[in-house]
Amino acid sequence: MCQVDEEYHHQLESTDRPSVSKKCVKCKELLAAVVIRAGDAFCRSCFKESFIHKFRAMLGKTRVIFPGEKVLLAVSGGPSSCSMLRQVQEGVSQNAHKKLRFLPGIVYVDEGGAVGLSKQERERTMSELRDIFRSTGFPFYILPLEQVLDLPSSVVVPAPPLSEPPTGSYKAAVDHFLQTGSRNDTTSQEQEEMSLPDVSESRTRSLQQLIGSAKSLTAREDLLSTLRQHLLVHAARTEGYSKLMLGDNCTRLAVKLLTSISLGRGAQLAQDTGFSDSRYGDVVSVRPMRDYSAKEIAFYNHMFSVPSVVIPSLETKAPEKASIQRLTESFVTKLQVDFPSTVSTIYRTSEKLQTAGRSSSPAADRGRCLLCMCSLDTAVEKASALQATLISEQLSHTKIQNPGPVKPEVPLPAEQHCSSSGEEDCGGTGSSCCSSVKEAEAPDVRSQMCYSCQLTVRDLSSVHHLPQYILSEAQRRQRRCLMREEIREFLLDDEGH
Amino acid sequence: MPVLCSSCSEKRAVLKRPKTGHSLCKECFFWAFEEEVHQTIVAAELFKPGEAVGIAASGGKDSTVLAHVMKLLNERHSYGLQLMLISVDEGITGYRDDSLETVKRNQQQYELPLKIVSYEELYGWTMDAIVKQVGLKNNCTFCGVFRRQALDRGAIMLKVDKICTGHNADDVAETVLMNVLRGDIARLRRCTTISTASEGDGVVPRCKPLKYAYEKEIVLYAYFKKLDYFSTECIYSPNAYRGHARTFLKDLESIRPSSIVDIIHSGENLSVREGVKMPVQGTCSRCGYISSQALCKSCVLLEGLNRGLPKLGIGKHHRLHEKILSQQPLTENEERKLKSVDF
Repeated sequence: MCQVDEEYHHQLESTDRPSVSKKCVKCKELLAAVVIRAGDAFCRSCFKESFIHKFRAMLGKTRVIFPGEKVLLAVSGGPSSCSMLRQVQEGVSQNAHKKLRFLPGIVYVDEGGAVGLSKQERERTMSELRDIFRSTGFPFYILPLEQVLDLPSSVVVPAPPLSEPPTGSYKAAVDHFLQTGSRNDTTSQEQEEMSLPDVSESRTRSLQQLIGSAKSLTAREDLLSTLRQHLLVHAARTEGYSKLMLGDNCTRLAVKLLTSISLGRGAQLAQDTGFSDSRYGDVVSVRPMRDYSAKEIAFYNHMFSVPSVVIPSLETKAPEKASIQRLTESFVTKLQVDFPSTVSTIYRTSEKLQTAGRSSSPAADRGRCLLCMCSLDTAVEKASALQATLISEQLSHTKIQNPGPVKPEVPLPAEQHCSSSGEEDCGGTGSSCCSSVKEAEAPDVRSQMCYSCQLTVRDLSSVHHLPQYILSEAQRRQRRCLMREEIREFLLDDEGH
Repeated sequence: MPVLCSSCSEKRAVLKRPKTGHSLCKECFFWAFEEEVHQTIVAAELFKPGEAVGIAASGGKDSTVLAHVMKLLNERHSYGLQLMLISVDEGITGYRDDSLETVKRNQQQYELPLKIVSYEELYGWTMDAIVKQVGLKNNCTFCGVFRRQALDRGAIMLKVDKICTGHNADDVAETVLMNVLRGDIARLRRCTTISTASEGDGVVPRCKPLKYAYEKEIVLYAYFKKLDYFSTECIYSPNAYRGHARTFLKDLESIRPSSIVDIIHSGENLSVREGVKMPVQGTCSRCGYISSQALCKSCVLLEGLNRGLPKLGIGKHHRLHEKILSQQPLTENEERKLKSVDF
């Protein structure tokens, strides 16, 4: 167990310090301009070439994006997603020797309302971004996060995956595209542009109320990212995009992986951090920037003047221990200074995890989390952390009248839970216990969520602040569950719905 | 205003449970803590009636509480177990000799048989002697690897069926984090299991009855029960890297107390992709102990010590295993690399 520093220490000692005037390791002619990792000194043009190659290689290797497909780039304005935008721009441009053959669009979610920025500030960042987006010539959509309040329930229902051709046909698809669709150029004259600058103040207030109902910053950040994800998927669906490109880089993913573990999202880890994520069925998220470190991106953006915009987020100026996400980030970045292989080691762990697996069956909606849409991991197994927690809760609650063996009163898993929907758990949140009339109607949302999302919702002052689309989907699932209960004895296949 | 115990609602609460945040009185806390361990034992079917169980005792808080609770539960719920204490004497002056005194006192209090196995009799080396040769940098590797085997040997001498160790929830969570930080997917997958299956001769199955007990609650339990334990850090253990993980875990706990059990939940639900290479378990061709290589780590380390090449077992030198087995001398170049670094 203690071996760790031994193995690292070996590598550390062997790394020679980069000398000042070194030749580029690739062309061995020009002077090196940038050192990404110890030992890898590149000159300007070789760095650019390798950077661009990496992007293309990632898409080529994974073969997830088909030629002619509409791909929506989620750009937050940060260095990583802006760099991704530049890569796509370079890739689809006429003189690219191996042109990327998909049809890109851009989406930006303006979270200013949730973070508490003034109207003027939001306007300013949006106009900056609009300039960047216009210069690309791609269609773009600027969506205020307030829109999430009006989403339809279908967002939290997994759609069946689009009939995807089998993997072997990737080459056939490329050939087919080359013959037929080559005239169908992306640089169409008219750039579609959609932004809804006018957000009513009452919507912003409702959004703030929703975010503010989370008592901890950890829950607030988690909730915000869930809502953002829902809006992105919805935008992709309504505009007919089948892929969503996210700008998560290697450093970011290492932080995310460790955060996910700390938040109890072990079962969802692979989907949260893998290259492609098909939890929504018809819209697949891909992370083509996952091979770049944050430092590499920063160098590239600086050397080749890729513009990015600084936008405050929830954790801006928050102290280190303000939230689990924030703490993990500073832990990883600090460790990275002393142990330079930290990020890549954590990141490699994510590659060894199951991605597709159980979640690929789009059939059962009852087995999916209402918020993050991952398969539920809340079946209480014997001798599991979940069971232990339930026993602890119970033992610190009940009276010890009969010192006999305590039987864990394990709540039924989601499928069966609905039958007792009258008095579901008022354990965690004190407020939901003292019922008002409104509370009584609350659908049982917690039992429809995964372990980690339950933790987040436990931090909300009331589930009623959740947007309507989530609540009504919860109700629908609950009704359906009751129905199934009623006709259970006539169902031949228990799994069928 | 005094807070009432949330469990019995009669007595005054004296503590806030780190795990759930409830305020409890002393008796209710004891009851809850003990019952939780009992539930873990029952749910995971850790023991069978009539089994002889060795409790790995170091004299520290975890193993002291474990010994106390195991004895108590064995009587309360009539497990029908035959309990014994097993201690390992690593030979660290000023640390282990003192903590073994605590174990000996525990032995008398709990009236349990005690077996002490020492590195000196098993390997011919005390940790003091090892540190003299290796220096302060890699000594934990020796100690950890040797202890695992020493416990098994002690267990076999005592003829016990199982060993239980005092690993608590914090330890398990910390190990999950460590294995992520090291990218060790094989260990990541098995580090959250509560007991090891019997893996063959010379290996006694192990389990962790305190797997879901928070370290803070163990200290609270020992404090209110006035248990006698030894609390000094090992004098050779300034292990920086694990320390980082430990601090991180404590910080996480301070933000969200359920983090510890959340991490264990994560670890229990990880699914590893098919086709990822995993080490295959075999046996050491020298001593017959379980090993994924031709030689087990313990034999390699020992060989290194005896040849005066302490770094032989540090890092990966699988290529050299053949040479060691056939007693061939190493080349000069190889030898130079494996000599200890001078400070």
